[in-house]
Amino acid sequence: MPAFWHWFITAGTVLFTIWCIWLISWSAKQGPQDIADDEVVGHKWDGDLEEWNNPAPRWWLYFYFGTIVWAIGYLVAYPGLGNWDGLLGWSQLGQYEEEMQAATDRYEPIYDRYAAMGFDELKQEPDAIKLGASLYASYCTTCHGSDARGAAGYPNLTDNDWLWGDTEAAITTTIRQGRMGVMPVLAPALGGDAGVNNMVAYVRSLSGLAEADAAAMSAQPMFVAMCSACHNADGTGNPMFGAPNLTDDIWLHGSSDDAVHTTIANGRNSVMPAHGDLLGEDRSKILAAYVSSLSQQ
Amino acid sequence: MRHETIEKRLNLMMVLIVVAISIGGLVEIVPLMFSADATEPDENIVPYSALRLAGRDVYVSEGCYNCHSQMIRPFRSETERYGPYTTAGETVYDRPFQFGSKRTGPDLARVGGRYSDAWQRLHLTDPRALVPESNMPAYTWLAEKMVDPELVTTKMQALRFLGHPYSDEEIAAAAAAVTGKTEMDALIAYLQELGTNRRNRR
Repeated sequence: MPAFWHWFITAGTVLFTIWCIWLISWSAKQGPQDIADDEVVGHKWDGDLEEWNNPAPRWWLYFYFGTIVWAIGYLVAYPGLGNWDGLLGWSQLGQYEEEMQAATDRYEPIYDRYAAMGFDELKQEPDAIKLGASLYASYCTTCHGSDARGAAGYPNLTDNDWLWGDTEAAITTTIRQGRMGVMPVLAPALGGDAGVNNMVAYVRSLSGLAEADAAAMSAQPMFVAMCSACHNADGTGNPMFGAPNLTDDIWLHGSSDDAVHTTIANGRNSVMPAHGDLLGEDRSKILAAYVSSLSQQ
Repeated sequence: MRHETIEKRLNLMMVLIVVAISIGGLVEIVPLMFSADATEPDENIVPYSALRLAGRDVYVSEGCYNCHSQMIRPFRSETERYGPYTTAGETVYDRPFQFGSKRTGPDLARVGGRYSDAWQRLHLTDPRALVPESNMPAYTWLAEKMVDPELVTTKMQALRFLGHPYSDEEIAAAAAAVTGKTEMDALIAYLQELGTNRRNRR
């Protein structure tokens, strides 16, 4: 802080404090012309209603002086006067850093121990799973739900269906780097609404939701030509692209005619945000172990 | 007693009251107005782009600050959950800053990139579709109201007058950047940037 502002703050605070002391001492004294305590001040209303000079109690005055003494002690002990650091050496940043250091000392050994454990071993460690559950509650519930069953567009983590794979590497990569699941807009390529409707019927027939009638089957060559690159020719999906298996009864964006129609016609952009910066390596692993353990209960 | 001297002279009492209540502000607030910590931007902190500026005004006009703070205090419990604590230097282009004073919902100072655009859109339209326990209101009308391109240009000119370093090109391109955008688009653009220009997220 520049010297000018240091002295501006210090002088302002100190002079004002002195002024407060002077003002209350001066005004609490009896002047020569003043009416003494417990005397009538001389007003009279309605014949017998009189005003008495009834000063504030002494304890109140002492309490006022007490607050000034407190203020002086505070300004000596803590940084309040410009560049003065205070005798206690306290600072907001120092307190924060102490708090962080205490947490590091306490938790780092625990994280280190879990970091050294194998993934399967970690999943069997009840305390690690508890830790993972609280990480999950802080970072994941907003999309995947407090029960981890997800929502439309946000995968259920408790089933055994994995869009991007279920290995330690796959799950930690998902958590740390995030994922982008892109389903392209296909309405123009399918020749508009009629083409989309046939494709919807075909896709739904793969898991037995719709009948594989002539209209549905008419879309099969198109499926092989356009969809198989990601979803496989038989519709079983591909975890390399996060392309869902279309033959099971798990539907990320809904299985109704309308939902599948929207998915195919307008595409979908599913984003898992990257959490590596927020969590760091050790905690990503613990969280991955927790998420993996959810589907094995 | 002598306090009568003050109590019976209204003009004197008014002067003394003004001195008494202004001294705190003079020593605590005025020095900050001239302190580089509070007036110079931190590294990487730049003025809002046209769309984000429009989104910020949606944030203010919908009263988001009533339930969401944008002020992470230097406590471990806060920095663990939200990210690095807020500094004065990162809010120099906020007029006024959106520190807020109450958290019915979570702090938003580092919310940028935490969720996808699609999540934000659905969450603003129907919060309970994503978070069943949420008591946040739905803001469906934002998807129908359009951003006024002329107003954004005027705002940027006014902010430049106040010292925000917008270039002529940025101001000239502002109207085109927000044309056809809804208030929802603008608000999401604003939210998705919050805190992302900090170098470290932890």
